[in-house]
Amino acid sequence: MAEATTGRRGRGLVAYLLALPGALWLGIFFLIPMVTMFSLSLQEGSFERGYVFTGRVQNYFDALSLYDTQLYRSLIYGLIVTVVTLALSYPMAYWIALRGGRYKNLFLLLILLPFFTPFVIRTLSWKFILADEGIFLGTLKDWGILPDSYQLLATPTAVVCGMIYNFLPFMALPLYVALERLDPRLLDASNDLYSNRTQTFLKVTLPLSLPGVFAGSLLTFIPAVGDFINADLLGGVNTTMIGNVIQREFQTNLDFPTGSALSFLLMFGILVGVFIYARAIGTEELSG
Amino acid sequence: MKKGRILPIYTGLVIAYLFIPIFVMALFGFNDPVGRFNFQWHGFTLEWYRRLFDVEELVIGIKNSLLVATVSTFFATIFGTLMALAISRYKFRGRSALNLFIFIPMATPEVVLGVSLLGLFVTLQLSRGFLTLVITHILFCISYVVVTVRARTTNLDSNLEDAAQDLGADPWTTFWTVTFPLILPGIVAGAFLAFALSIDDYVISSFNAGSTITLPLWIVGASRIGVPPQVNVMGTLLFMVGVLYVVGAVIAGRRKEKLIAPPVLSKG
Repeated sequence: MAEATTGRRGRGLVAYLLALPGALWLGIFFLIPMVTMFSLSLQEGSFERGYVFTGRVQNYFDALSLYDTQLYRSLIYGLIVTVVTLALSYPMAYWIALRGGRYKNLFLLLILLPFFTPFVIRTLSWKFILADEGIFLGTLKDWGILPDSYQLLATPTAVVCGMIYNFLPFMALPLYVALERLDPRLLDASNDLYSNRTQTFLKVTLPLSLPGVFAGSLLTFIPAVGDFINADLLGGVNTTMIGNVIQREFQTNLDFPTGSALSFLLMFGILVGVFIYARAIGTEELSG
Repeated sequence: MKKGRILPIYTGLVIAYLFIPIFVMALFGFNDPVGRFNFQWHGFTLEWYRRLFDVEELVIGIKNSLLVATVSTFFATIFGTLMALAISRYKFRGRSALNLFIFIPMATPEVVLGVSLLGLFVTLQLSRGFLTLVITHILFCISYVVVTVRARTTNLDSNLEDAAQDLGADPWTTFWTVTFPLILPGIVAGAFLAFALSIDDYVISSFNAGSTITLPLWIVGASRIGVPPQVNVMGTLLFMVGVLYVVGAVIAGRRKEKLIAPPVLSKG
């Protein structure tokens, strides 16, 4: 035993060698691009004639004043998507984890099953369903329930609904994992001590599931704020998100400095959101 | 309604909701549309299953996607597994920094990852195509492999390895006969996850593919002018792979009274 311990300590070099290929890859293709992009965000010039580093911080203020609407819109959409997916998946995760019995895994697999179909096909399928004269709205219009002019596509509702659908498993799975880990004896204890169902839920179940709530929220909020395909396929001119703007700056306008500045503003926005959320939910509960 | 009935019914409804677009997609793979847009039901046909490989670019896209996913999964799984072993089996200086370094790419929005790599490739004047696709896919898969494999390696009972060593096995033999078989399910799960993430990726690829077409890229491009029903068929067939997986997992679970690790998630 003593030999094994000293052996493990002496093998520090082995650890570095093991981590080397992956760390190099992340260093070259994550860290360096980030540094490059940070430098780009402070440059001036044009794509054709090349950019020159001038340390122009004004790029950030210019980008913010031009695209503040899209940035705030993305943060708000991300917030709505996170809250709605949380509300939608919590009761389901709760039931599967605590009452699912021997079918727990089957239910989990059923939640994951639709996601075997590629993301873009699922989203296009929603576009098809929500189309003005499609099977859903078309039918409701034929029955006279909706006015003929009613439309869902190209509205914020369609974009937010698309994201809610696509990100639901990212919320449901961490919630399930946290609730599944819950010791049922704690719930029994709470009942034995004369608390009713609501009290047990609020004082035992909910606090213990907070790590899952936090993890799920991050996994939903971050991709939702940065998303642009849902807005691209389901949205219109007044649902443009910051991801769409960044894409346009890089691919159409070829304005790399503005696009880079927007990328950092987006990450900053996400960071602030996550920080406020972590503070609100309390870091002590998250260590579980 | 009885109190105990609400939650199961609710769960059923949410699951049904998750299947709505899949059902519609599958249904319209059997539709016999008039014109370019597959929007209204006209009649049942198996035509699109028969002519699945008639759309040349779709076939190229699928081939490219499979190729990129296979190569990226191979490297990401190796790099990720080695890193997971380093982090969970050894104490070394910079370990927590490495942990953070692995986490940050997962917490970065895909669009930011995509454009930062585009910026790098443009700066290096590296033309974009198959190579850059593989480079970027390995990058965004590594962290997920590390997390998946690490979940397995941390729970490993190191007494088993010590026992092997006490019985005279050298570290190399110990690794291949004890450690590796024990963590293999984690490696397989990590590889599946990497493959699914790669084959499903649209955002990062859209910046770094150059003129190389992948399945998601082609579908989004085609959606502007009308998606051929073959896309529905393709989606349906992929979904059926999932169904087979679930059926297999349930049967295996019955047999072992323990289900296989949850399958992979596709990411937006």
